[in-house]
Amino acid sequence: MAAAVKEKEPFNLAKWAKSRKGQQALICAAFIIIPLLLLFVFTYLPFGKMVQFSFFKMKYTGRRTYVGLQNYVDVFNRKDCFGALKLCLYYIVGALIQLVIALFLATILSFKVKGGNLFKGLLFFPYLISGIAIGFIFKFFYTRGFVFDTILQWCGFKLENLPYWLKDTSVNNWSLVATSVWRYMGQMMVLFIGAIMSVDAELYEAANLDGANKFQQFIHIILPSIKTIVTLNIILAITGSLSAFEQPFVITGGANGTGTYFVIMNKVAHTSQKVGLASAMAVVLLAIILICAGLQQLFFKFVFREADSDEESYKAKKARLKAEKRARKAMAKGGK
Amino acid sequence: MATMTSKSGKNISVGAVVWGVLKYFVLIFFSLCAVVPLITCVITSFKTQEEYQTTSVMQLPHSFLNFSNYVKAFTTANMGRAFINSVIVMVCVLIVSVIIGTQLAYVLDRFKFPGNGVIRSLFLIASLLPAVAMQVTVFNIMSFFHLVNHLYGYIIMSCGTDVISIYIFIQFMENISVSLDESAIVDGASYWTIYWKIILPLLKPAIVTACILKGVGIYNEYYAAQLYLQDKQIRTMAISLYTFVGPMGSQYNLICAGVIISLLPALIVFILCQKQIYSGITAGAVKG
Repeated sequence: MAAAVKEKEPFNLAKWAKSRKGQQALICAAFIIIPLLLLFVFTYLPFGKMVQFSFFKMKYTGRRTYVGLQNYVDVFNRKDCFGALKLCLYYIVGALIQLVIALFLATILSFKVKGGNLFKGLLFFPYLISGIAIGFIFKFFYTRGFVFDTILQWCGFKLENLPYWLKDTSVNNWSLVATSVWRYMGQMMVLFIGAIMSVDAELYEAANLDGANKFQQFIHIILPSIKTIVTLNIILAITGSLSAFEQPFVITGGANGTGTYFVIMNKVAHTSQKVGLASAMAVVLLAIILICAGLQQLFFKFVFREADSDEESYKAKKARLKAEKRARKAMAKGGK
Repeated sequence: MATMTSKSGKNISVGAVVWGVLKYFVLIFFSLCAVVPLITCVITSFKTQEEYQTTSVMQLPHSFLNFSNYVKAFTTANMGRAFINSVIVMVCVLIVSVIIGTQLAYVLDRFKFPGNGVIRSLFLIASLLPAVAMQVTVFNIMSFFHLVNHLYGYIIMSCGTDVISIYIFIQFMENISVSLDESAIVDGASYWTIYWKIILPLLKPAIVTACILKGVGIYNEYYAAQLYLQDKQIRTMAISLYTFVGPMGSQYNLICAGVIISLLPALIVFILCQKQIYSGITAGAVKG
């Protein structure tokens, strides 16, 4: 930009700053610098450091020794590190169950239901509770002889046949997954309701006239029109499961085989202060997540090629609006 | 459905009845699932120590006016202070991130310049990196700048604009006609004036949405808060409950009172701004 000005006359900074182009450049710079700086300092700088640290044996303070790829070898060889990743299978299953429940409830709630708003509110509210509060609520909920056991006893179970929900390794991961479903199901449901509501209401009327029942309406109207958002959520559920953290961290602290990958990583980083190893763990998982994100992009390109990809639809929309405007102007002129 | 059956009178199909019953059964069942853990917490929070030890958890307390646990929880966990801290953090972060977020969105949407796409994707990729993993080295940087254990340090760290609100802003911006900008330019307005006088006021609904989403996130932020705010005096609401980990770990009547106090502000905000919260969730998810 500046070069173009220079060719014509000796560059005059004050003049340039007053010109439209100069103003534009200045406002761009001024408005971008702070967010970009924050992004750099708190995201990309840590990211760079993380890659760097992963090659060292080090603590937060003190001496560092270069160990090459040893940390990465450890990540894959140590039983507690990479093995913890298989716990994400529990969370993937949980997320899929959550998706089905959310979809079902969203469908019910988007038809006319008495007290629909109340149900929606009750189901959604857990999403607004902080992680540690949820930790306490469910520690209490699962304690031997407390809430959950009492409810099951009402249903005819005997206390001595019930497992310790948070200690017994055969069920404790499911208990934690259930809390995660409890917490996030409502949010997903609200999201689906939003998507279903955006379906043209005429379609339902037409379907009603044709005598289609609710199930048919669901299969033929609702599902096709929200398949993008559902697929997106399935993929997000997988990446989310890989990084499952809060529930085991606050409820069990990762004890009794509930330590997910990040819980272990947190322990390695902040309790035993093996920053190098923790960094390597983080880098490995970031790599997996980025690969998943890449696959997701590909998936969307090939499966929903006709559906609007964000960038394209955005450009297409702008172009269309412009064209319409031009057409309108031309018509107005023609009219005169 | 219910209206349909009553209207059509005689020709109620069996399927419709089944569906009508099933529908409410499912809704009530899942609503109970959502609410029971909370209700038992409320019940327990009103019990005296003696009641708590002798009665079943599902048994109602002797009196729902026994606020002693609430008073005790409030004072031991210093929740007054914690609430003030939370409010300070929230107000500062929201103001800063709305300003820089709308500015960034304005520039990215309205101007074509080299690097526009790069900046967008930098923010997008950043949103993929899970926060917990990043804290391993963010901690390092925070201690390098001496920001650990200071409220302002935590505020600065939380200000990093998140992609979701930027996307909400950009989405809204697309619907604000460029001709408004153009006519203002003809009138001789500077870009700053356009941003401040035209764009910012028109973005108000988007700002409300973004504030609610981000506000909920900040109020509940727990992991980063417990890393960077370890002094008792600067604890936020979400981590003030930390006081109950350890020596008081089994006095659930006290803990439940603490939990209820900590979620009351969220409940009040939820009841007051349900619509905005729902639309925020929907808007944030379409692109996020």
